[in-house]
Amino acid sequence: MIRIENIHKKFADKPVLNGISCEFAPGQTNLIIGRSGSGKTVLLKSVVGLHEVDRGSISYDGEEFVNAGAKKRRQIRRQVGMVFQGGALFTSESVENNVRFPLEMFSDLSKQDKQKRVNECLERVGVEDVNDAFPSEISGGMQKRVAIARAIVLNPRYLFCDEPNSGLDPRTAIRIDELIHEITLEYNMTTIINTHDMNSVMQIGDHIIYLHEGKKWWEGEKSEIFDTGNKQFNDFVFASEMTKKLVKS
Amino acid sequence: MKLFFHFGRYLYLMGKVFTRPEKGAMYIRQTFRELLFIGLDSLGIVAVVSVFMGAVLTLQVGINFVHPLIPNYLVGLTVRDTMILEFSSTIICLILAGKVGSNIASEIGTMRITEQIDALEIMGVNSASYLIMPKLIASLLFFPLLTLVSTILGVLGGLAVSIATGVVTIHDYIDGLHLFFNPFYISYSLVKMVFFALVITTVSAYHGYFTFGGALEVGKSSTRAVVSSIILILILNLIITQLMLT
Repeated sequence: MIRIENIHKKFADKPVLNGISCEFAPGQTNLIIGRSGSGKTVLLKSVVGLHEVDRGSISYDGEEFVNAGAKKRRQIRRQVGMVFQGGALFTSESVENNVRFPLEMFSDLSKQDKQKRVNECLERVGVEDVNDAFPSEISGGMQKRVAIARAIVLNPRYLFCDEPNSGLDPRTAIRIDELIHEITLEYNMTTIINTHDMNSVMQIGDHIIYLHEGKKWWEGEKSEIFDTGNKQFNDFVFASEMTKKLVKS
Repeated sequence: MKLFFHFGRYLYLMGKVFTRPEKGAMYIRQTFRELLFIGLDSLGIVAVVSVFMGAVLTLQVGINFVHPLIPNYLVGLTVRDTMILEFSSTIICLILAGKVGSNIASEIGTMRITEQIDALEIMGVNSASYLIMPKLIASLLFFPLLTLVSTILGVLGGLAVSIATGVVTIHDYIDGLHLFFNPFYISYSLVKMVFFALVITTVSAYHGYFTFGGALEVGKSSTRAVVSSIILILILNLIITQLMLT
């Protein structure tokens, strides 16, 4: 369980997050949605400490994160896996070495066991036969899969995904969403996903938070999103003709 | 004021660099890798520049020291001391600031803008230490070695041009190399090289680590790294020379 309370963040006197509070439970996919510039990525990066918040509290299973020292933070972060928007794979390392890196750094497994775990993770995300390829030699969809494999290789308790299906074709995007959802259930992780893709919301959104101008405007389940009566949120949800037609039908 | 800001942030970064590694074996592996990239890959350019500089120095000294009162062996002596005192440390480091410094800044800068550094941090890795410490160790180990190689090759370049052009006889040239040799000059050169290695690596890494934006900013960071390193090398050269040779 990740709990955030009254988070505030400014960049050069411009408020980006305005008193956001919410809880993210394990075993479900928590989606943060909103338009570009609504503060989704800043919120996600603040929760993992890549941005320092100005005010507020963040706790991981009761352990305070905002005021924790560097050592404590690193301990918490070792239980965190993150999939970045661009994958953030190490470009000078092969696919296999990218996935192996966290194991080499933090596990005491034998060489054989590390290799076994790397293969398991790559197989789990559906990436095979490209172990020796470099990130630049594989497709965007595959890069995302490898990034997911790297994120789960140490069995994390928390998984963060920053727009995991951006830049992918619809079919691959859905597959990536499904993969994250399956892995969340399989590992009983607390998963938080940033997205502005309504397909993802309908596909895998167990718990949804809508951000607008740095504030939380709505929070609920996907079954409720067509009937919120919230104008800002409706403008976002019904932005596409397809969604409108879907709701009418 | 900006200078103080950068100095403070540089010290903060160095504080992060000089911490206990998460896993020594990974750092050692990375250091060997950097020895290859920073050290061995620089050997070629250092060799070429040193040989030609030694050759040109020999020609210039040989042509200009034509006087009945100036002994011919002074050509070899001048080439040797110039290589040791200034060329193989300072000039080579100015070249390395361009080659190695820009490489370090652009590599770390690219990792920053593509979120690879964030990925390391999220894993619980001290990114500053993991990325900079191995480069620093590799530079500190290899740069002094490059000084020695440069000195030897510069002197050999001079010897080769002596044979080829006859500007000075081999006998006189070699006599000059042996005369009035002060071993302290080698120590002085190596001490300079250690400080310059520290400057090139950490200053370039600093500019790369604090790159924000896109590809254009990586280029700017790389340029800033080279310019800052060169200026600091020149200032340090003056200070170390004043402290050690006067």
